[in-house]
Formats: sequence, structure tokens, C-alpha cells
Amino acid sequence: MLSRTADHLYWMARYMERAENIARILDVNHRMSMMPQSRIQEEQAWGATLRIMGLEAAFHQRYAEITPDNVLEFMIFDQDNLSSIRNCLRAARENAHAVRGTLTSELWETTNGTWLKMRDFTPEAFADAGAGEFFEWVKYRSHLSRGVTIGTMLQDEALRFIRIGTFLERADNTARILDVKYQLLLPAGEVEGGAADYYQWSALLRSVSAFEVYRKVYRDLITPARVAELLLLRVDMPRSLARCMKEVYTNLQRVRNAQSAETERQAGELEATLRFGRIDDIVRGGLHNYVIRMLARTQELGNRIADDFLVPVS
Amino acid sequence: MTIKNFYNEMKDEAGQVRPHYASYAAWLSEMPEERLAQKRAEADALFHRHGITFAVYGEGAGTERLIPFDIIPRIIPAAEWKTLESGLRQRVKALNLFIHDIYHGQEILKAGHIPPDQVLNNAQYRRVMQGVDVPRGIYAHIAGVDVVRAGAGEYYVLEDNLRVPSGVSYMMENRKMMMRLFPRLFSRYRVAPVDRYPDMLLNMLRSVAPTGVTDPTVVVLTPGAYNSAYFEHAFLAQQMGVELVEGQDMFVKDEQVFMRTTQGPQRVDVIYRRVDDDFLDPLAFRPDSVLGVPGILGAYQAGRVTLSNAIGSGVADDKSIYPYVPEMVRFYLGEEPILHNVPTYMCRKKDDLAYVLDHLAELVVKEVHGAGGYGMLVGPASSKAEVETFREVLIKYPERYIAQPTLALSACPTFVESGVAPRHIDLRPFVLSGEEIQLVAGGLTRVALRDGSLVVNSSQGGGTKDTWVLEA
Repeated sequence: MLSRTADHLYWMARYMERAENIARILDVNHRMSMMPQSRIQEEQAWGATLRIMGLEAAFHQRYAEITPDNVLEFMIFDQDNLSSIRNCLRAARENAHAVRGTLTSELWETTNGTWLKMRDFTPEAFADAGAGEFFEWVKYRSHLSRGVTIGTMLQDEALRFIRIGTFLERADNTARILDVKYQLLLPAGEVEGGAADYYQWSALLRSVSAFEVYRKVYRDLITPARVAELLLLRVDMPRSLARCMKEVYTNLQRVRNAQSAETERQAGELEATLRFGRIDDIVRGGLHNYVIRMLARTQELGNRIADDFLVPVS
Repeated sequence: MTIKNFYNEMKDEAGQVRPHYASYAAWLSEMPEERLAQKRAEADALFHRHGITFAVYGEGAGTERLIPFDIIPRIIPAAEWKTLESGLRQRVKALNLFIHDIYHGQEILKAGHIPPDQVLNNAQYRRVMQGVDVPRGIYAHIAGVDVVRAGAGEYYVLEDNLRVPSGVSYMMENRKMMMRLFPRLFSRYRVAPVDRYPDMLLNMLRSVAPTGVTDPTVVVLTPGAYNSAYFEHAFLAQQMGVELVEGQDMFVKDEQVFMRTTQGPQRVDVIYRRVDDDFLDPLAFRPDSVLGVPGILGAYQAGRVTLSNAIGSGVADDKSIYPYVPEMVRFYLGEEPILHNVPTYMCRKKDDLAYVLDHLAELVVKEVHGAGGYGMLVGPASSKAEVETFREVLIKYPERYIAQPTLALSACPTFVESGVAPRHIDLRPFVLSGEEIQLVAGGLTRVALRDGSLVVNSSQGGGTKDTWVLEA
């Protein structure tokens, strides 16, 4: 397959996944803002959202203060914010458009249809319909595009690069969500949170569709360490780092070429680190440091994949 | 607008429905207008969702529009198509022989049928092709010949598009749409299918692979996703199951063309290019082109890759060469042309110019190198001031223009604002030349949606219709 085609497929998947994750993050905050909380707490929570995406500086260039409305507008509609949901869905569609012949018509129409709807969506309509409904819609469209992908695409290279894009993006997003929330809720490196934080932790779980999963897996109280374990190390948890890396590694093996051996080795090593990792060790060494290292390795892996497959130098 | 006495595809002079439209007309008369409007809206929504759009230049990157689709088909009886088909085969055959001749012995020039400077000083003549042999001696593998009907069975060729003719994807999508909107209509008529086109195209492209290549790799070369015809490029690549490449995806090494793939470089043998000559190779043609592949001309001249259509094919579809096509048919084939040519005045000739200036208000004046309906004057449809402005340009640059009588293009019932009303149409069938000459029974019918307008180009407010060639 053409390298440029693989590149578009990869980014199409990444942007769709990113849109979904942003919707998830915003949705949690939106739900939390309905709980009684102080002005400070509220600002912290919305500020954390911006930090997850690394967009604090960009936000403050455009808005004076962090309010729910400002953050929502910035993260959903802002034309200059490359990571706004609108721009993500647009980028997903532009990438799909560039390779529409490689996609099944169902997948192309789904991606195109999502963008057409988003394009016509105004902040007024958003205020009208309510935030919750909108976030549901974004998640639904992402589910739909993933379902159409798996349900209609030939299991060839094209699908592999789509999957690699999806899981690299998801690994990155899950790690960021966990990191920021951890810092917010356990500022001084504490290991156990207070009971008041129950809602915060359960909201975090809900943001990655893991609340019911948690109950099922642990059948016990929600503790920060278990949340971290679930989101980092549990291979059976579809949004955990361990699962994402397993998928990246598996798909990478299927597309290997003459120069990708080292990339494949690093992916395998990363996958094994997560598979054999223990949460106690991670907490002891500092979760933040661990996640930072994981993010760096994920990013390095993404760069290597680009060099080997997507934008070859020669 | 002054075009009267035009041929109505559906009704004869006495207002009687022609036999091949009878069944459709009966069906249409029972169809309430609201229902038609609803079907049209459904078609628009589907085209939007499918992204069957064309990009509009000059309205910001990524602006996409629908080409208006009219839900009333244009119907061509079997016998009429048969004549048309023979005429098209004959014409395209002669055109290919002409291009080959021009880049080899130039017999037709030596025989004095065409003034040599008309050909050799033509901007579309490519000196680099002189003496270059191409597979099977065929240059214009894909021709989109624009024909119009002026009377019963009287077809005129307006233009031979031999460079990168587009529109074939709309021919196919329009049919799909009609079958979806009106499935039962297709049981009333035996309409010749058009969906074999991509198969025929792929076979043709494979048949003109470089000598010695047994299992050729075919690709479609597009200028990119912002090109106005991008939908069609992607569509054809997908339908043929070949890669859609951009210039940046390919490189030339040792006179061989490769594309960059996830598994390393892969050899490319046949390129269905939808990029103009000028942009193909920045080393040979326009140095500022980023759409081409440096060195591809060398690989082509060495016979290591096939370009379809061949470089330099445009020398035969230029408006200043057009008047000589009937002569080509006689010269190369020893036959009388089946299809008519529109009488053409070449303004670079003194006598012709004088005539044109005297009759400007009755004529259609076109730029020799123009396309897409830009830079033309339709005398009878223009105001006095417009005619006078054009006159000045014409006197200043006569060599840039040709003129033709305003043809009474036939009209076909069309669903417009005011209901169902006749609108002028043309037809672009697609002729494939490889091992043999083939065409699917059909083509793209374009319709001028404005009342009285004769300009069918989509860039000028034209729409399209499904074209039904009836089986005998």
C-alpha cells in the first residue's frame, strides 16, 4: 500500500479517536460540575481538562478565565484549536477524503456524515440540545466508525494502520487522563484519597467506560491504586495502556517491512513492560514519573512508525 | 434567448410524444410534482452523503459543491446509438492515427491537408514526443467526445477531449441514483448497463503496458484531494482496484518509475494520469509543478512506463485543429465521416475574421485553448455591450479565437423551478482505445439548467442527467 495512504488512514483513525476522548473528558467534567463544588474546585477541574490535552497556553491566549462555557467552546468549536472536537472530526474527514477509494463506502460515508453534521452544528444548537447529548453523539459516531471499520474493511494493511492509529491515540489519551486526575486528586503523592473523592474517581472511571468494569473486576471499594492498575495494566480492559500496546504490537507485526525490526522490538518491549508491570512498584516509584515515561515511549513509537512506514525518507 | 426550432428529445413538432419516450411520459404524467421534488431532494442528500462533489476553485480550499442532478433521463433509441457509436469509433481511430502521424512521418502535412504551422506551432504539440514510439501506437486511450444533436439523428461533434476528459464517474453514479430512486422505471425500459466501464478501462490500460511487462501495475495519478475532479479519480482507482497516487508518491530511478509503499518501492508500469502535460515532469515542462514526477518523461521516452493519455495528445483536440478532423477521417481511413463537424471560422484567417465580426451577434466564439465554458461568447444570448466588448478583444487577438454558428442544441424535459420544462443538452460518451476500440452504451448528458442557456458546463451552472441508451 502507498505510504501516503497508510499515513492518511493512520491519522484518520487518530483524529476520530481523539474526538471521542475529548468528548469523554469534557463529559466527565460536565457531569461533575453538577455536583456541589467550590469555585476553586471547578476551575481546577476544567483547568485539568486543558492540561490533559496540553492546551493551557493556547487557551489563555484566547480567554481571560477558565469557566465551563469558555473551556467547552474552546474544546468543541474553536477553529484555531487544532484539537477541538470540530477540528478533529474535520481532520478525520479530510484524511478519509484523501484515501476515500481505500475505504469501504460505508466507512467513508460514516466519516463524511459525521463531519457534515458537525460542520452545521452551532454553539447555539449545542446550548439548546445540551452538552450531554452532544458528547453522547460524538461517542456514538466514533463507535459507529469503529464498528463500520471492523465490520466492513478487508483485513489487510489498510485495517492494520487504522488500528495502529486508534490504539496509539487511545494509549496516549488514557495515560494523560490518568496522570492529570491523579495529580489533581492526590497532590502530595498520597496513596489513598479521602471519601469525598469517591465521585471524582468514579467520574474518572466513567470517562473511560470503566465504572462497571471496575466493579466487576475488583468487587470492592474504589481506590486510586486500583484505578491506576485498571487503566494501565489490565490487558482485558479495552482502554488500558496494556491493551492498547498489545493491539499496536500485534498489528505492527502484520505489516512489518525490511526496516521495521527495531520499531517492532520497541513495541514488544513496551507491551511486555505493561503486561508484567506491578501497580505497587509503579505507585512506589511515583505514578506521574511512570506515566511521563510511558507517554514518551508511546510518542517515540509513533515517530518510528511514521519513519518506517508512513513518510519514508527515500 | 432566440433559439427557437430546437429539437425536442421527447416531443415532435406536432407535440406528440416520440415512441421511445411514450412509456416514460405516461409514467411522468402520473407523478405529482411534490413527489418529483421529494425525489430530487433525496438525490441531493445522497450525493452529499456519498461526497459525490466537485471542488470549486477560488472559493477557499475544500469548498465542495454538488453538480445538480436532474431526475428526468435522456433517452436514446437503439438505432440512433448504433450510428453514433460507429461515428465515434471512426473518429477516435482517425484521431489516434493523426497523432501518431504527427509524431512520426507527418504524412498528412506533407500531403497538404493541414497547414504545418497550425500543428507544429501549436502549444499542444510536444516536440519531445517526436519519434517516440508508444505501445500499440495509441495516444488517446480515453476520449470524451462532446456531441450535440441538432435534428433527428443529426449528431454534431463539438469537441474531441483527448487530454484528461472527466465526467465518466457521473455517468455511473447517475445511473446508480436513478436505479435507487426509481427502480420500477427500469422494468419499463431495457436500458443498456454502464457499470462495466471500470473493467473495460482497466483491461484497456493493461493492454497498453510497456513491451515485455506481463503483469503490469496500473495506477491513477491525481493532482490531489483539492482538484475539482478528485471524486472521479478516487472513484476510478477504487473501482479498478488500483492505487490512487499523487506525484509525491512516485520517483524515477534508472528510467524506471516507482511508488513509495509501506513495503518499500514498487514498480509502476501504467499511469492513468489525470494531470495535464505541463505539470507531469518539472524537469521537462513547468519547473514549478509539484504535481508531477521529476524524470518521468525520460522513463516514458525510454518506453519503461505508459502514460495514458500519451503526452502530446492535445495536439489533436485543439480547437484550431478541430476543423480538420473530417479530413483526417478521409485521409487515414478512406471513409466519409459519419458524425458532422460544426462549420468553424478561424479568426486568424482574414476572411473568416471579417465574417465573424459581421455576424458576431449570431455566432458562438470560443477561445482556441479554452475549456470549461470560460472565455466564450454566445452571441444570441449576449447583450449588445457584451458583444461590443468581445469585438475589441477579438480584433486585438484574432488568432486566439474560433467561431461557430449557434447550434440549436436539442432540449430534453428537465425538472426545474417552474416544473418540467425543456432544457438544452449535450452528450459526452467515453471511447476507450487499446487492443480494440470500446465504449459503453451511454455517456454523460449535461444540461443547461437556465432557461434558454446553451452552456452546459458544470462551472457555468450546468447539471447532469442519466443517459439511457435503449437495447434493441
